[in-house]
Amino acid sequence: MSENVTLEILRYRPEVDSEPHFQTYTIPYEEDWVVLDGLNHIKDHVDATLSYRWSCHMAICGSCGMMIDGEPKLACHAFLRDYRHDVIRIEPLDHFPIERDLVTVMDSFIEKLSSVKPYVIAKHKKALSDGENLQTPLQLMAFKQYTLCINCLLCYAACPQCGLNESFVGPAALALAHRYNLDSRDDGKEQRADVVASNEGIWECTFVGACSEVCPKHVDPAAAIQQTKISASLDWFKARLLPGARR
Amino acid sequence: MSRRPYIRKVERSWWLGRRRYVMYMIRELTSLFVGLYCALLVVGLWRLGQGRAAWDGFLAVLSSPLGVLFQLLCLAFAVYHSVTWFALTPKAMPLAVRGEPIPAKAIVGMHYGAWAVVSLIVLIAAGI
Repeated sequence: MSENVTLEILRYRPEVDSEPHFQTYTIPYEEDWVVLDGLNHIKDHVDATLSYRWSCHMAICGSCGMMIDGEPKLACHAFLRDYRHDVIRIEPLDHFPIERDLVTVMDSFIEKLSSVKPYVIAKHKKALSDGENLQTPLQLMAFKQYTLCINCLLCYAACPQCGLNESFVGPAALALAHRYNLDSRDDGKEQRADVVASNEGIWECTFVGACSEVCPKHVDPAAAIQQTKISASLDWFKARLLPGARR
Repeated sequence: MSRRPYIRKVERSWWLGRRRYVMYMIRELTSLFVGLYCALLVVGLWRLGQGRAAWDGFLAVLSSPLGVLFQLLCLAFAVYHSVTWFALTPKAMPLAVRGEPIPAKAIVGMHYGAWAVVSLIVLIAAGI
């Protein structure tokens, strides 16, 4: 006996729709299908006009983030069998403008990400002939979990502050700033502070903690932001209270 | 073809319907009751400065049914705030000894320990 499952998908085609609306598709149910398989089935066999992003199908590329029954998920990481009820509701990621159907506009995130200079900034350039920059396992452990971010933006969709204040730098970008600040090869903390320690940076975060809960790679942006709050506060006091300190 | 990105508004009721956000909003609400209780303490000091009769009147208000209800409410919110905050502390201040991270439970435990010690000092100072 073949089973079916119904997907209720938010559609928005700017050339014909004035606003988004739901469209339902009934597709075959397969025990080993993830939501992305269902979307691919629709695209290939039911309705070729449906638009969504995907690439790797294995939670590496971070392209297929969407709201699945109201929760930010990677469509390749959400099994149909875990949603065994009548209808699975699928929407584009919250807190981002909708470009078309399940495709969002992420330009704002790209700008925020580049604003925190997410790369190693070394004070003294080392010649290639001087060899590699060695790190101890301990130095690597300090930041390694934050390197696992795949920029899927589930954390932005989960964070209410991102929805309420679009200028908030947001969890992933702040976690990556923290990642480079913690890197023993990096001297760029001061350069990042203008953005990171601003009102739109860490101080916009009210520690809801949802970013860390939804992260498919178990990065902990909430922890990164709280730790940055403590270190930014210490830097602020040091710059004002220590003798000879530069303001 | 011109682009026309659609922006969905965040509803006022965004926090309803998901446990995670409801619990968060309750935590935010606790600040109101903690603030009110602080105001109550300030009023107490002010009444104390006005003499015996004023202070006795203040105590009478505190021990009235409404006064007790208010204090119980403040206590409940303060406990909720403290418990949820302690649960979050390992994220905000991960500690390590000689490179070995201290387990989250130990960090939370130390906060409960500190809470117990401070409470004990307050009780002793109050002569109970």
